[in-house]
Amino acid sequence: MINKFVSSVSEALTGTADGSTVMIGGFGTAGIPDELIEGLIAQGARELTVVNNNAGNAEQGLAALLKAGRVRKIICSFPRQTDSHVFDGLYRSGQVELELVPQGNLAERIRAAGAGIGGFFTPTGYGTELAKNADGSLKETREIDGRMYVYETPIHADLALIKAERGDRWGNLTYRMAARNFGPIMAMAARKTVATVHEQVALGELDPETVVTPGIFVQAVVKIDRVATQAGGFKA
Amino acid sequence: MTYTRRSKDELAARVAHDIPEGAIVNLGIGQPTLVANHIPSSREVLLHSENGILGMGPAPAKGQEDYDLINAGKQPVTLLPGGAFFHHADSFAMMRGGHLDICVLGAFQVSATGDLANWHTGEPDAIPAVGGAMDLAIGAKQTWVMMDLLTKQGQSKLVQACTYPLTGIACVKRVYTDLATLACTPQGLVLIDMVPGLALEELSSLIGLPLKPA
Repeated sequence: MINKFVSSVSEALTGTADGSTVMIGGFGTAGIPDELIEGLIAQGARELTVVNNNAGNAEQGLAALLKAGRVRKIICSFPRQTDSHVFDGLYRSGQVELELVPQGNLAERIRAAGAGIGGFFTPTGYGTELAKNADGSLKETREIDGRMYVYETPIHADLALIKAERGDRWGNLTYRMAARNFGPIMAMAARKTVATVHEQVALGELDPETVVTPGIFVQAVVKIDRVATQAGGFKA
Repeated sequence: MTYTRRSKDELAARVAHDIPEGAIVNLGIGQPTLVANHIPSSREVLLHSENGILGMGPAPAKGQEDYDLINAGKQPVTLLPGGAFFHHADSFAMMRGGHLDICVLGAFQVSATGDLANWHTGEPDAIPAVGGAMDLAIGAKQTWVMMDLLTKQGQSKLVQACTYPLTGIACVKRVYTDLATLACTPQGLVLIDMVPGLALEELSSLIGLPLKPA
């Protein structure tokens, strides 16, 4: 029997190796797998490369992972926030490496990895500082039908941590509103994907027409209780 | 003659005036979000938010916030009937693939031929952050900029060549400012309109570049 339901976060994250590349979903307040990040801190893997849109806020979540000294490099589009002081300090003191990627290139590089694409030419970033490699050399460019494009490579991961809404034991997932953001593409790009859900449902309960992430992209599904919102409903 | 600068709301209303019925629009973080308040309710315009929303509605009433439903500036929003959610790769495909009609962005500098600088001051201690700025700049069918014409020090933000790091090359079609609206063309700036009481020579002297009259 295929059963991807896992009873705890710690069980789902067992075996995460030092030096892993870890994708973490979420944008703003939506879709951040807080419990999985806490679990990764407890699990203890070090020298991580983290792929996220941002670089952590305040003292919790990704900021706490950074503060614990577990992250060697971060690949993101928007590290600077009003409350990104943990990242800011580590970056300025040279304790964490930053690869800054335009947000759409970040998404497409993740998607490309999941889809088995060896890279792609994109107009985004052409002629800018972000069309350079880490050593300052120019990335490959090409003129296609009179327009200039930059070659970008896929981003693969060892582990993806994402937050979904409902899931079944085959790993099929649905999401809620804008919490979907990076979840579906990160699930495709990682060798192992752990998803939190608020509801574990029986096979057949998810309408197959509305499954967003098919279970083939998911290896573990952990249930996390919902938190009440200010509006009195449930969120997150 | 004396003239009065457009207020932030007047500038937002000026931009909104040019957004046609049926347009699909992305409003950048900050001042451009004000434009939504000035689109007449009689005009159906679809707002795109790069975190994965099409058909975004206004801010919710106090107490009705749902933090799974936020805009790119991470503020709570609502969804109009008919609105849709999608993942990040699809959202940026909508931009890069040329499916958005208009995006409205803020800027540090815009060159006369439409180069845009709006993501990084380039100062040594500044932490760079780009987000979707580069994807938006080159993706929409038309990129418009909304900004004050002059810096607080009185220097024109419309320039011959940007000195800040570039976001995109020759991507800005139109610049809406507190003093005038101008088009960026391969031949340089073309005046579209200006506030009452301002003369073309005076505007040209403030910008420090030649202007073609409308």
